[in-house]
Amino acid sequence: MDWGSILNNTLAGLLTPTILAFALATLGLAMHFGFAGLLNFGIAGFMAVGAYGYAISVLTFGLPWWAGMIMGVAASVVFALIMGIPTLRLRGDYLAIVTIAAAEILRLLFLTTAFEPVTGSADGLFGYNNSGGFADANPFPPGDYGWGPWTYNEQTLWMLVFGLTVLAVATLLLWALMRSPWGRVVKGIREDEDAVRALGKNVFAYKMQALIIGGIFGALGGIVLATSTNVSPGVYVTSLTFFLWTALLLGGAATIFGPVLGSIIFWVLQAFLTNILPALAESGILPVSGIQAATLRYVLVGIGLMLIVIYRPQGIFGDKREMTFVK
Amino acid sequence: MQFLSASNPKRLLSSLLLLLIAMVLGFGLGATPASADSVGEDLERGITGNVKLDGEPLGGVRMIVEGGGYNAETVTGADGKWYIGVPGVEGDTYKVTLDQETLPEGIAVTGEGGATKDVVLGKTSPLVSNFFIGEGTRVTVSVFDQVVARLIYGLNFGLMLGLAAVGLSLVFGTTGLSNFAHSEMVTFGAVAALVLGAGLQLPMWVAIPAAVLLSGAMGWALDAGLWKPLRKRGLALVQLMIVSIGLSLTARYLFQYFVGGGTEQLPGADSTMVPLFGSVALSMTDLVSMAISIVVIMGFAWWLLKTKTGKATRAISDNPDLAAASGIDVDKVIRTVWIISGALAGLAGVLWAYFRPGIKWDMGAQILLLIFAAVTLGGLGTAFGALIGSLVVGILVETSSLFIPADLKYVGALVVLIGILLFRPQGLLGKKQRIG
Repeated sequence: MDWGSILNNTLAGLLTPTILAFALATLGLAMHFGFAGLLNFGIAGFMAVGAYGYAISVLTFGLPWWAGMIMGVAASVVFALIMGIPTLRLRGDYLAIVTIAAAEILRLLFLTTAFEPVTGSADGLFGYNNSGGFADANPFPPGDYGWGPWTYNEQTLWMLVFGLTVLAVATLLLWALMRSPWGRVVKGIREDEDAVRALGKNVFAYKMQALIIGGIFGALGGIVLATSTNVSPGVYVTSLTFFLWTALLLGGAATIFGPVLGSIIFWVLQAFLTNILPALAESGILPVSGIQAATLRYVLVGIGLMLIVIYRPQGIFGDKREMTFVK
Repeated sequence: MQFLSASNPKRLLSSLLLLLIAMVLGFGLGATPASADSVGEDLERGITGNVKLDGEPLGGVRMIVEGGGYNAETVTGADGKWYIGVPGVEGDTYKVTLDQETLPEGIAVTGEGGATKDVVLGKTSPLVSNFFIGEGTRVTVSVFDQVVARLIYGLNFGLMLGLAAVGLSLVFGTTGLSNFAHSEMVTFGAVAALVLGAGLQLPMWVAIPAAVLLSGAMGWALDAGLWKPLRKRGLALVQLMIVSIGLSLTARYLFQYFVGGGTEQLPGADSTMVPLFGSVALSMTDLVSMAISIVVIMGFAWWLLKTKTGKATRAISDNPDLAAASGIDVDKVIRTVWIISGALAGLAGVLWAYFRPGIKWDMGAQILLLIFAAVTLGGLGTAFGALIGSLVVGILVETSSLFIPADLKYVGALVVLIGILLFRPQGLLGKKQRIG
């Protein structure tokens, strides 16, 4: 067993554009579930809207990269409105079913061969970072940066800096929002919707705003992911939503840094398991085949999710009193 | 017409003439085409091909080439060859279509991509574009027969969904849990049938009931080992729902761990086709599957309406506290509901394995949202509503593939799910107070 490369790969997993993208989406989920109490199981759909919105705007409509990203965000606002209007007046689990269904509808629409010229069907979309000018906007001169497992070329560095900036701004925004009067009303709705309504607040409007803001974070996650890899419909599946939920609940749903830290822990753990399980299988310590070893980590994710929810629903960094709304 | 704009008058005339000939040959003479197999030979580049069936040339097959505002067509000669000149340069893309209507009865394009393909002009001309042609895959049935066939498939699919949906709905009604792991109970039934039928070589009439019993036992075990302790622990419904998601992930990937990522067939999946009328035919397994579904659903309805436990179940769905106060053993009824829910889901899984066909580790997850759509459509927590919702969803999914691409057929049902929440959130048979 090559412990050096396992350790190296795991440490490299600490800072990747992918982890930043998932952290952004988890932050959006924290807005939805942790602060507003909305059961959004369609966060993968929000990510897909952001990523496809960006890629299609650049490839089909020839917009520059920044305009494409704005289009991706705008599309997620529309998506939130479409989902929110029928469901936000209803009980929470209706939103859960509708969001998961809406995300699946989107994925099937992106996957179908009927719109292949625009969506690329199962192949997805690529090349938009070059044709949209995102790659050219790179301020770093060519070369290698960083040290040890964190060595990046100028392109990856640019993706990381871009992703980190978006994540930092989003985190700051969430923090500022949650200590504002608006945030207190949203948290009030989470605790007792009727009480807030009795105070004369328009609960529906607040919920909708929360859904939109969290959705924008999700879309930004999709966009950051799109800057580093191709846009592929196979990524935005229901399982991704569940993984993001696991990361959120691991860190702490009703916290600012919990979602970010939870994502990092979750995906570094994933990177570790991806490396160590096949290695264990290969060296005969685990009596399973390599493919089975790769499957095993998803089994562990499922078990982990159950254990967190049962034994520590507030997450690692959360406060139990913040989670009394979960009824 | 693009056809007009891209052509000069002379070529237009000859193209029109050829089109006319093509139409006459395509629809009139058919089998004995003349030498009208090439068009646009004065152009620099062209696309050519050879239409053959089992090595024999096929004449009279209409070929169409479109792209870059240009559009031309021809029919293959007696030697099966065709040639269409195109005005484009290297790198231009053209769409080549083989008109399947002009193929002999029962013959179709069998290669990947079907009867239309995109070709890119290369350095050499002409470009060769051939289609693979084989027997039997082209459906040559009338619209009416297609609709009837789709309705029957939809009914079959709907009944199968119904078996899974009533269980989900009952669990929701009695415990309030939206059980995302229900899809894995469906897969469990199919996998159990696979292990018993194909692994242990039991005859299917033993293996399937045994798989259903095992699924019921699984429902019992899940309630005894997981759900009841969690209820006693006082976990909130949202927490329980997320636990069910974790359970669903665990179980799904455990199935993948044991049966692998491929598709396995149950014994008897390749049964004979029974012609019903016209060109509508159903396989023997489809017919048996429908009969089983109907019998089991009727038995379930009798249980729910007539037996003491069934009445108690409905009482708990209505008002658990009142039911408990009137002396109903809520935990015992919930245990029964889990067993029945598991058994019905397992049976649905076996039937779904024959309907798809094949067993795959995520086969349950593929229809989970359709089951949820059915339950929501009928009204969350109502057993008969779930049944009606299932039939609507099943028929909708199957008939919608007549109008929209087949890979979008689940979308229609999911759109209905969202639509019903807009206009009648309590579902077809639900009561208004439930949506709170």
